[in-house]
Amino acid sequence: MTIFELIGFGPNGWGLAMLLATAMTIALALCGFSIGCVIGVAVARAKLSKSRLAVVMADFYTTVLRGVPDLLVIYLFYFGLSQFLSGTVTFWCADGGFLLGLLQPSAITPGLCGSRGFIELPRFLIGSLALGVVSGAYQAEVFRGAYGVLSRGQIEAAKAVGMSPFLMFRRIIAPQVLGYAIPGLANVWQLTLKESALVSVIGLVEILRQSQIAANSTFKPFYFYVVAGSLYLAITAVSTYGFSRVEQHSLRGIRRA
Amino acid sequence: MRILRGPVGMTAMSNAEAEGSIPSNAAVAVRNLHKRFGALEVLKGISLTAREGDVVSIIGASGSGKSTFLRCINLLEIPSEGRLWVSGEEVHLKPGKDGNLVPAQPRQVEHIRARLGMVFQSFNLWAHLTVLQNVIEGPVHVLKMPRAEAVVRAEVLLQKVGLYEKRHQYPSFLSGGQQQRAGIARALAMDPKVILFDEPTSALDPELVGEVLRVIRTLADEGRTMLLVTHEMSFARDVSSHVVYLHQGLVEEEGPPQQIFGAPISARCRQFVLGSIAA
Repeated sequence: MTIFELIGFGPNGWGLAMLLATAMTIALALCGFSIGCVIGVAVARAKLSKSRLAVVMADFYTTVLRGVPDLLVIYLFYFGLSQFLSGTVTFWCADGGFLLGLLQPSAITPGLCGSRGFIELPRFLIGSLALGVVSGAYQAEVFRGAYGVLSRGQIEAAKAVGMSPFLMFRRIIAPQVLGYAIPGLANVWQLTLKESALVSVIGLVEILRQSQIAANSTFKPFYFYVVAGSLYLAITAVSTYGFSRVEQHSLRGIRRA
Repeated sequence: MRILRGPVGMTAMSNAEAEGSIPSNAAVAVRNLHKRFGALEVLKGISLTAREGDVVSIIGASGSGKSTFLRCINLLEIPSEGRLWVSGEEVHLKPGKDGNLVPAQPRQVEHIRARLGMVFQSFNLWAHLTVLQNVIEGPVHVLKMPRAEAVVRAEVLLQKVGLYEKRHQYPSFLSGGQQQRAGIARALAMDPKVILFDEPTSALDPELVGEVLRVIRTLADEGRTMLLVTHEMSFARDVSSHVVYLHQGLVEEEGPPQQIFGAPISARCRQFVLGSIAA
């Protein structure tokens, strides 16, 4: 078989599988990045708040999640959470196992309420959550830094015109902070995209996992890993272009030296 | 009428009203206002009444508390003590955890601010919005005015301050004088009861001061109620109906401009005025 047949869309080709895996990678990274965005904004707000407790908690969050390996976070979420939930279910099994089974039928393997109750959690959800909490820690720092660029005077002007805190955030703070944050966010996006490959360890078939499978069954690892690399590069190229467009738009009022 | 607790300011009040009652035509009334930053007391009990149509200039040396006083009126700084009315409505303040006052109703603060225009020393235009967008932002989003109507009104205001041609420019592409005139148009767009000017020409190059003062003078001639913190003594003398001289957080002397600039009673005030005019 030629390389084109191997990676093509023919009956023996891996093209479709690779394409689906690419969609999975993009979906994972997008979900992780979006979750991270929500976490990042919340944590950045906490860091900038007047409450000592909120600042300490936010600092703890960003320090820990940027300080431990991402793979560890994924293991902790997937296996750790499963263990915790399994324990809970075993405990509940005496009376409530049936009810839990109704609530989450897909998450509970048959014969759960026996001796070894191991719950398999929805992998996509866990994968994007794990990516999200890490991504959020990085995004929090990006947002905090970008907020620092915004002049206090503009905030005061917004208050002086009678804006509520939410209106001020929506109309004055968010649009500008987003503009200043774009270069940092683009960095975090690429990190998140690459980290999505780590999610293959919990069995989710994304680009890296799919090319592993293909490589192992065709004994052509070089081809498939080059293809995987090209797919990642293609995604980052498109997203870099997108980010620079958003940045140009957001900073249209800022004159550069 | 409620009786105010606490010491009465050392001011020679020109208005005879008792503390805690205000004249019916007062656009802004302040009674016994204190402001502390930690151990530092910046304002030590200031009372002031600005009636509708008054142009009140607040003068004094740097650090006399004049900007802080102005910022207390639209609650960019929350007074530590005292009472405040804006167009007859008292601002409700209550004691906070640290002994300072806090607004009892945050929504009231927003309403009060919407009725007070503020022009800042450093302009503080929103950098991501064009001049026109800066001017319509408050009317559209705070006052919920239909956009088309807000644009028509904004264009009239921009004509008035001489910035109609620049309306689609972003602030960073304008000169300081143009930015400040845009700032004045933004304040006017809210149709404020009172406009507060916080050293509006202090950040400007000398050759740009005139264009901004001309706009402010027009507003004074229209009978708008204004409170003006300024270092421009001759301008204050010309446009004000009332001048307040602050010294170390207290009203040292106040009166009509003829008195303050012509025959001040206080020796300190005389010294300050003479020094400023000579400079």
